[in-house]
Amino acid sequence: PFVPQTHSLQDLRQQAAVAAKVFIQRDYTNGTLCQFQTKFPSELETRIDKQQFEETVRTLNNLYAEAEKLGSQSYIEGCLACLTAYTIFLCMETHYEKVLKKIAKYIQEQNDKVYAPRGLLLTDPIERGLRVIEITIFEDRSLTQ
Amino acid sequence: MHLGESTRECEYSQISTRSSTPMETPYKKKTQKKRKWETFPGRNKFYCDGRIMMAKQTGVFYLTLVLILVTCGLFFTFDCWFLAEQLTPIIPVIGGVLFLFVIGTLLRTSFSDPGVLPRATPDEAADLERQIDVANGSTGYRPPPRTKEVVINGQTVKLKYCFTCKIFRPPRASHCSLCDNCVERFDHHCPWVGNCVGKRNYRFFYMFILSLSFLTVFIFAFVITHIILNSQRIGFLSALKDSPASVLEVVVCFFSVWSIVGLSGFHTYLISSNQTTNEDIKGSWSSKRSKDNYNPYSYGNIFTNCCAALCGPLPPSLIDRRGFIQSDAPQLAPPTNGIPMYGSTQSQQSHMCDQDQCIQSTKFVLQVATTPLLQQQSSEPVILTPENGASIPGRTSLALGGPCTSLPMGQPTPPASTPSLSCHEATDLLPVHGHPHNHSHPLQEQVAHHHFLTPEEVPSPPGMLHCGSPLGHSHTMQGSFYNPASQDSLHEDSVRGLVKLSSV
Repeated sequence: PFVPQTHSLQDLRQQAAVAAKVFIQRDYTNGTLCQFQTKFPSELETRIDKQQFEETVRTLNNLYAEAEKLGSQSYIEGCLACLTAYTIFLCMETHYEKVLKKIAKYIQEQNDKVYAPRGLLLTDPIERGLRVIEITIFEDRSLTQ
Repeated sequence: MHLGESTRECEYSQISTRSSTPMETPYKKKTQKKRKWETFPGRNKFYCDGRIMMAKQTGVFYLTLVLILVTCGLFFTFDCWFLAEQLTPIIPVIGGVLFLFVIGTLLRTSFSDPGVLPRATPDEAADLERQIDVANGSTGYRPPPRTKEVVINGQTVKLKYCFTCKIFRPPRASHCSLCDNCVERFDHHCPWVGNCVGKRNYRFFYMFILSLSFLTVFIFAFVITHIILNSQRIGFLSALKDSPASVLEVVVCFFSVWSIVGLSGFHTYLISSNQTTNEDIKGSWSSKRSKDNYNPYSYGNIFTNCCAALCGPLPPSLIDRRGFIQSDAPQLAPPTNGIPMYGSTQSQQSHMCDQDQCIQSTKFVLQVATTPLLQQQSSEPVILTPENGASIPGRTSLALGGPCTSLPMGQPTPPASTPSLSCHEATDLLPVHGHPHNHSHPLQEQVAHHHFLTPEEVPSPPGMLHCGSPLGHSHTMQGSFYNPASQDSLHEDSVRGLVKLSSV
């Protein structure tokens, strides 16, 4: 039975070598909304279980859907912005930006709790232009040595 | 939060190892950190340390600005006094508000990021290439076709692979040849605002043309009123002599009204049906293509479509213009995915802006050099037919102040599938004419005035186009290697590319 060694983020950053990178692509079946495919990549099979992974991706998808949701709040924000000739965004953050901050926090939390201990690292999709979720797989040196 | 920050730093350092050149790194340690806009691979201009982003050719934008400022300046200086006294002082106030709104939205449209998609990192590009190879199998004689099909709300949509940006374009995205970027929800490249119009600035663009319509109608109406009222007192000719500026204003406004009001109407139609100019011109969702063809992005009713386009959430810019490029590099194992080491081709291309482009284009060149090229799916055309180039100077004098009407330099025409559009642009201008382009909407006539970038579906070799770029773009290396003349459509397009070369 495979018992993964736990790593801290510090260890990963300083000592571990990158073995491979997996890219979770976008899922366009619902149009241009930002959603990622929940298909479990085969390279991660030995590192993390499917449920955990799918839950992460689903939560991210829900967060992005919330960011782009067309509701009364976004309409009010849009109209207000239009009336103030969009100068309001000089002092206020858009709803989308607020949700992106939430997403960044969530990813960091997932990395700390779930992914780093298994030698994996999630990259925030915003740093990849919302094209992919990049998962870096680190070599498990403690097992090879 | 410290760990989180170090994670972020870690990621940024990992990226920069692959995107900054090995030769630059020791140099950078001594100099100040650069911001990302300074090494942006697209053909954009940046001002105010990355806060402002525009297309490369901004001459026409300054023309637009000057026209608006001069006309409004003349209006406020010469006509407003008379009107304020004779009628009501509210007139200059409304004029002032409209003017400020027009300038505000114009600047917002021109200076903001239209929704540029950042190019793929080398790892992503390699991963995609691998997936494409696996999916299609190497046939040995042709590079695999690079399209993906996806079903959106019941409609099958083809996603095309962008050779420049090394990504599969999201639906509704297009590659702008003038700016050399993929833009999300690409509408068109507007030379009058000096920028692409895409997802992030479409609402500002619409507000701009709408408010400009009101402003031109407003000025036109009140200048005429001024002249009429004045001529009742002192006679028509003396009224004209009294305020010659009014005559100029009337002329400018008269010609602007037709194009701008028409354009506003056209875009109102586009917004209410949730289409982009690109899609409308190609008839992507037209029911004339097939019986089951419908727009999968439309929300079903006009109100929701309008709200979504104008008041929906504004996504942030995906290109981090003002972020710093991190130059420190952690230890990394050599990549196991078959990409050659990043420093290897650097010495040959040290003047190029993006290392990953160099690597990928070298790899692509090697692939392509031994195979005749199939490029039915490649989609980065910039086409300029001679008749358009020749006839345009006469037209611009008529279409003053009209945003998005055709222009002489570097203006692409719509694709070969709608040749009637480009032919008609050469001959007819404002009057309504029998338009062979099958579109039932009455405002479609205005479309004839527009040169749009419709980069998709026109077969053309990507390398040829990049070869055509007058800049030392990294893909010129690519273009010099291959031989596109093996197929008729390629030949036609290479001729077009050459025409573009000669006209630019």
